[in-house]
Amino acid sequence: MSAFDITEGGTPVDGAAWIAGGTTMVDLMKLGATAPSRLFDLGAQRDALSGISETSDTITLGALTTMADAAKHPAIRGLTAVHTALVQAASPQIREMATLGGNLLQRTRCSYFRDTRQPCNKRVPGSGCPAIGGEDGHHAVLGGSAQCIATYPGDFAVVCVALGAEITIRASDGSERKIPVQDLHRRPGATPHTETALQTGDLITAIHLPKGGAQSYIKIRDRASYAFATASAAVVLHMDGAMVTSARIALGGLATVPWRAATAEHVLKGSMIDQKTAFAAGEAALQDAHPTLTNAHRVELGIRAVAKAILSARGNSV
Amino acid sequence: MTLCINGADYPMPNDPRTTLLDHMREKLNLTGTKKGCDHGQCGACTVLVDGKRVLSCLQLAQTVRGDVTTIEGLSKNDTLHPMQAAFLEHDAYQCGFCTPGQIMSAVACVSEGHAGSDAEIADWMSGNLCRCAAYPQIRAAIASVAQAEAEG
Ligand SMILES: Cc1cc2nc3c(=O)[nH]c(=O)nc-3n(C[C@H](O)[C@H](O)[C@H](O)COP(=O)(O)OP(=O)(O)OC[C@H]3O[C@@H](n4cnc5c(N)ncnc54)[C@H](O)[C@@H]3O)c2cc1C
Ligand code: SF4
Ligand code: FES
Ligand code: FES
Repeated sequence: MSAFDITEGGTPVDGAAWIAGGTTMVDLMKLGATAPSRLFDLGAQRDALSGISETSDTITLGALTTMADAAKHPAIRGLTAVHTALVQAASPQIREMATLGGNLLQRTRCSYFRDTRQPCNKRVPGSGCPAIGGEDGHHAVLGGSAQCIATYPGDFAVVCVALGAEITIRASDGSERKIPVQDLHRRPGATPHTETALQTGDLITAIHLPKGGAQSYIKIRDRASYAFATASAAVVLHMDGAMVTSARIALGGLATVPWRAATAEHVLKGSMIDQKTAFAAGEAALQDAHPTLTNAHRVELGIRAVAKAILSARGNSV
Repeated sequence: MTLCINGADYPMPNDPRTTLLDHMREKLNLTGTKKGCDHGQCGACTVLVDGKRVLSCLQLAQTVRGDVTTIEGLSKNDTLHPMQAAFLEHDAYQCGFCTPGQIMSAVACVSEGHAGSDAEIADWMSGNLCRCAAYPQIRAAIASVAQAEAEG
């Protein structure tokens, strides 16, 4: 690790960063894939920035709430998709350390990004992308560019996008703004090193989850527990009897950002749910995918994850 | 600033880069906690902080807030912790490298209430890998402790 210092007061300026649970940060600092000059330890603000409160239509979670504490809370148990995304992520130990704010901002697991001997446009802008045409089995089939095809690996953000969740951001001048989680992550385009809409010093202080809707999160992974999503889908349905009045669908493990599948939502809207409509929506969700020889199977897994999540959300509505 | 480990106070490392794991192993002569992957993937370095299981390889020592318990702190004088005794009883290891991490994680798994069935134990112990695949014996040891506790 290159040298840095740790402080508790103030906000990061260029070259410095927040550290919360450290489960992304310390991992990447050991690899040399990131090298902040100074860490601002959010642990000092844990009491002020953690905890869960509820109104009739929204659950608000402090950004420093750990994944484990959030999953245990009765209000979160009521949001099935959120609960599933939390308890199926990482390991029990990591969930005790990791915070929800840090979770949204976890970095890609692209093995070239993690290996400083390799070029990588995300780590060293302009150096190239060995994943394109290389070992791309885990890379994105949606939302990639000619510069980067790194998968966004997280689960919770995918459910946040399907729910229409928002975050509160506090800027270094103390001003606050709210944005949808859907607008937090940036597609790589020509600037894969710019991953989010946050400016240096911006702090996520809270996450706001809307209540209501029949929901489900289906995560397909290479082993039964403790693995990132090979493909995943979050579905939130509003129904009038057996008919879907509105649907929100998001994909995980398949795209460069938590991926809103609007075309699939249109397929469902106004329809009755059965196997056929569920698979039609799944196919619509993946219709713009750009698979390669080594990752094409994940398109099929994505279709099935969407279909299964739709059927299971409908099951959860009764 | 000091670190409280197993009820005793130890100095903090001066270098902010030092993880809790390296500090304990290299400077404090607490070598019971093992280093497998050093990247949060194997669970060998699991310790408790204020009773919660965490990975000491991803925890910078200077950011520890709370009391640390390691495998060295589980037994009382010469009496093994029930989980240690159960691992012996059930032969829940071969080489023993993952064992301190397994035991710390197992203690938390039971206190969290996540040891209700074999499948639940498997899921909530998945953060601890065992290269020797002693998994069935590990789950049996944990189930026996959970059952003994339930019977009071
Ligand atoms: C082996 C392993 C397996 C994993 N498996 C999964 C999985 O299956 N699913 C999954 O979703 N995740 C998984 N993860 C990722 C894990 O969930 C994240 O590392 C964790 O959630 C990050 O939270 P943290 O508090 O530790 O963040 P940190 O590492 O402290 O920070 C992460 C980033 O966010 C920034 N940051 C943190 N908090 C804030 C804030 N409030 N405002 C602004 N910036 C902030 C930091 O500067 C840093 O850039 C896995 C991780 C590991 C190591
Ligand atoms: S896919 Fe993105 S992160 Fe991976 S090597 Fe290419 S540029 Fe880097
Ligand atoms: S050494 Fe910490 S998880 Fe492997
Ligand atoms: S006993 Fe050898 S690794 Fe578990």
